[in-house]
Amino acid sequence: MLKISDLKVSYGMIEAIKGISFEVNNGEIVTLIGANGAGKTTTMHAISGLLKPRGGSITLDGTELTKLPPHRIVSMGLAQVPEGRRVFAQQTVEENLALGAYSRKDKNETASDLTEVFTLFPRLLERRKQMAGTLSGGEQQMLAMGRALMARPSILLLDEPSMGLSPLLVSEIFHIIEEINRKGTTILLVEQNAKRALAIADRAYVLETGLITLSGTGSELANDERVKKAYLGG
Amino acid sequence: MKTKKKLPALMSAKYRGRTASYGCVLAGWLILEVMMHTGNLSSLFTSLLVPVCCYIVAAIGLNLNVGVSGELNLGQACFMSVGAFTAVCLSGSLARTIPAPLPRLILSILAGALIAAIFGILIGIPVLKLEGDYLAIVTLAFGQIVKSLITNMYLGVDENGFHFSFVDNQVNMAPGGKMLLNGPMGATGTERISTFTAGVILILLALIVVYHLMYSRSGRAIMAARDNRIAAESVGIGIFKTKMLAFAVSSCLAGAAGALYGLNYSTLVPAKFDFNTSILLLVYVVLGGLGNMTGTIVATVVLVLLPELLRSMQDYRMLIYAVVLILIMLLTNNETLKTWVQKLKKRYTAKGGTAHDTES
Repeated sequence: MLKISDLKVSYGMIEAIKGISFEVNNGEIVTLIGANGAGKTTTMHAISGLLKPRGGSITLDGTELTKLPPHRIVSMGLAQVPEGRRVFAQQTVEENLALGAYSRKDKNETASDLTEVFTLFPRLLERRKQMAGTLSGGEQQMLAMGRALMARPSILLLDEPSMGLSPLLVSEIFHIIEEINRKGTTILLVEQNAKRALAIADRAYVLETGLITLSGTGSELANDERVKKAYLGG
Repeated sequence: MKTKKKLPALMSAKYRGRTASYGCVLAGWLILEVMMHTGNLSSLFTSLLVPVCCYIVAAIGLNLNVGVSGELNLGQACFMSVGAFTAVCLSGSLARTIPAPLPRLILSILAGALIAAIFGILIGIPVLKLEGDYLAIVTLAFGQIVKSLITNMYLGVDENGFHFSFVDNQVNMAPGGKMLLNGPMGATGTERISTFTAGVILILLALIVVYHLMYSRSGRAIMAARDNRIAAESVGIGIFKTKMLAFAVSSCLAGAAGALYGLNYSTLVPAKFDFNTSILLLVYVVLGGLGNMTGTIVATVVLVLLPELLRSMQDYRMLIYAVVLILIMLLTNNETLKTWVQKLKKRYTAKGGTAHDTES
């Protein structure tokens, strides 16, 4: 279980996260929705260790993560798909995926994981020898997700996976997220596409300028008047 | 059977870069050896053989640091300096214990490489934890500091051991003692034990080390950290560790190169390894192509020989050197030429390519 309590993150004098608490239980899909600049990505970066919080605690199955460097957090079973499809452009699809398993100690099992990733994303199999930089936006997003799965995480953090994709691809990506979750990976999803995110989420939190203002199950929030007005277009 | 299968593999996309580098070095070595033995090599060129080898090794190391790891290093010459003076001092003080030149040369090169690597790690610890061009700034400063330090260092050895001072007249030695470092005069009276063969072996060793690293798991991690820091961290790559690995190997190679260089001259002044030398090494790397080791070797050879070939032009030689450099830069950046090269490459590569030898 991932538990965040009273998390505070600042950029210099500016307080981006002003003390938020939430939790992600094993097997759940939890989504964090909010407008631009609400602090969603900041929260994600604090959890994965890319940013050091100013206060509060983040624990994964009881272990404090805030003092650990990012690569240690990955090897504890928490993988992140960063915002903006960050693939290693100058390496092939296969090499990108191999790097995903970088933190793993059980090298022998990566082959079967590779097969699993290719089953989940058949398009990556077609393009396995291609440079990652030459893939389309959707394919790069799939590669970034596949790469994170190669670390065999118990919990996967997804930062804006639908950003800049065509509606058809967005559907495909969300479908795959549900599929990953069905296979047993806990998911923390940050999205601007609140409608889609709430539809697949077990529970959801609304983040507004560094504070959690609402929380509930996915359908509760999808039917909440305030959420409808602010994030679902009336 | 096995060799038959292996030969085409050497030309496969994965190994082509490596085959080219090794082939280039071995062919060059053979040709030069033949020329030397048949007396077709002028004394000027013979005297350039070892220095060229040294610059190639240092440049290969720098390319690992700048091209593969993506950290700008403006002090490669200073690591050469550390290696050179370590080797010269060690060789000088061991002259009586180990009279045979070869074991002394090997020992001195190892010591030079080791000390340079230690300096690299010490600099890397604070600097590589930061993001941005801090390594460039710090290595630039480090180069100046080392140069000033060695310029003011006096070191002598006699039967009582080492005598060290930063002031000239305070080195009191027993008769028969030997000065190893003489402040601004540097090291004098060094026994010249470097050989061209040693240089070629050092290049081959450098290539083996660098290629082994580049195509390993750590190598892919180094390139991943260069291409995209956040993504690399998100897959669990320790950025500091990978960058440190590349930087330490780079300084280690520079140290070995410096050691060979130092033991090739009877006199070595600290000013030899100044900022200009660092920049020259960087020019070799950039011109040869970032991450491209064969290119680095060719660029180093051409650019070391060019000023010597132009010697007859006397005053104009550095001018022509500069013009040639600018022309090469312009030509290699020419769009039509680039697309033409791409076409050629495609024809030869046909299917699948490798990202390791990225040319810019």
